[in-house]
Amino acid sequence: MGALQNINLDIEEGEFICLIGPSGCGKTTLLRIIAGLELPSAGTITFGHKSIAGPDPNRTMVFQEFNLFPWRNVAQNVEFGLETKSIPKGERHRIAQEYIDLVGLTGFERAYPYELSGGMKQRVGLARALVTSPKVLLMDEPFGSLDAQIRNLMQDELLKIWHRVRTTIIFVTHSADEAVYVADRVAILTTRPGEIKDIAAVDIGRPRSRFDPHFVGLRCNILEGLDMPC
Amino acid sequence: MSRITRQKGVLELLSIAIVLGIWELVAVFIVGKTFTLPSFHEVATSFYDLRKDIPGDVAISLKRFAIGLLWAAVVGIPIGAAMGWFKSMERMFDPIIQVIRPIPPIAWIPFALVWFHLTDYGAGFVVFIGALFPILINTYAGFKSVPRRLVETAQVLGRTKSYGLIRFVAFPYAAPSIFTGIRISMGVGWMCIIAAEMIGFKSGLGFRLWQRFWFLHQMDNLMAYMILIGVVALVMDYVFRYLTERRLLRWYKEV
Repeated sequence: MGALQNINLDIEEGEFICLIGPSGCGKTTLLRIIAGLELPSAGTITFGHKSIAGPDPNRTMVFQEFNLFPWRNVAQNVEFGLETKSIPKGERHRIAQEYIDLVGLTGFERAYPYELSGGMKQRVGLARALVTSPKVLLMDEPFGSLDAQIRNLMQDELLKIWHRVRTTIIFVTHSADEAVYVADRVAILTTRPGEIKDIAAVDIGRPRSRFDPHFVGLRCNILEGLDMPC
Repeated sequence: MSRITRQKGVLELLSIAIVLGIWELVAVFIVGKTFTLPSFHEVATSFYDLRKDIPGDVAISLKRFAIGLLWAAVVGIPIGAAMGWFKSMERMFDPIIQVIRPIPPIAWIPFALVWFHLTDYGAGFVVFIGALFPILINTYAGFKSVPRRLVETAQVLGRTKSYGLIRFVAFPYAAPSIFTGIRISMGVGWMCIIAAEMIGFKSGLGFRLWQRFWFLHQMDNLMAYMILIGVVALVMDYVFRYLTERRLLRWYKEV
């Protein structure tokens, strides 16, 4: 039996969508299929009009464990995705610097990953994924290993960056709070087999307040959808 | 501890001085025979007597050592990398390696003489055999341990072909392991060159050492060569560690 079943999801260009579900529901698998790291055993998945056959820098990914290349400093990590394209070195530095500034790491270009905190590492991960100007940014519980305070800060930062770059974001999380705070729509997945149970639209203007009754209500609905206490 | 012993290098130098002192006393007052145990001052004098020979002897041995080590790296790194990256290569090379590896490098000296005669390449070949496997096995282990998640990260960022993934992900990841292999190989290779020169090749540090014993019975000169061989190895190891750990592998200490 596969990890996923009856997945039917259309994602609009420029949309911020969250996939939420308990661990083992296949939300990461779904993200990996979209990234082209895994192929579906049945069904089709298309990007624009083409079916996805493998990884492509038009669909880059930010990982929960950051996955920075430890032998490269911040600038070199960010430049990684530009090196496969035939861009002159000077231009590469310029583009990388632009994204390093965007994520707020100006001054840390020469620092190595081991010298950075978790939040800073994920800023590098974000800059590295954005540097290729991807059409879709895939985020696999990107803030899952950060503590709560940094996590909320990073959500705000991400939204700010998203307003600037306007790429489509597919964001996997298991936090209903995070999903309602960042997303336009939230797809709720159930476990064994992973199926989309419901898709909730978050019709709250940004910036959102976690104390807004509408926010609290939506979060409760999603938690109920996950069979969890509100 | 007193203020003096806390100073860097004081205890280290003190321990060496004590050993040299005991050696001198035992050699002069208890043994009293240069052939059985030359004293420290006799060995020190030997260094002075040998000062004209030493640079040439060191140069010959180092040249042979370098030939062997270089070839071991040229052969060992690509094979080890291929074995760590491609399962089919691992299956092809592993049985051959398992059979050849346990043969002591010194056992190859007769064939080294037959194939390369008394050339530097002959002596270098013995070093090559000794140095090959530590480099190969460590490269293999390094490539094998490349985390899948880093490979996938590179793929998502556009490095999708095997060559690019090997060059830009696996190789830098495995570099510390490869350098460890080279460092071990340097130790083994140095032993190999001394042994090869003692047994078959008519020049170099190993030959000189054996000559002092077998033909000349000059045990004080012999001991001077022993110490010299150790010091050369120590310096090489120190230089290698300085170059790799402080420069190339700055990132590695905290991983």
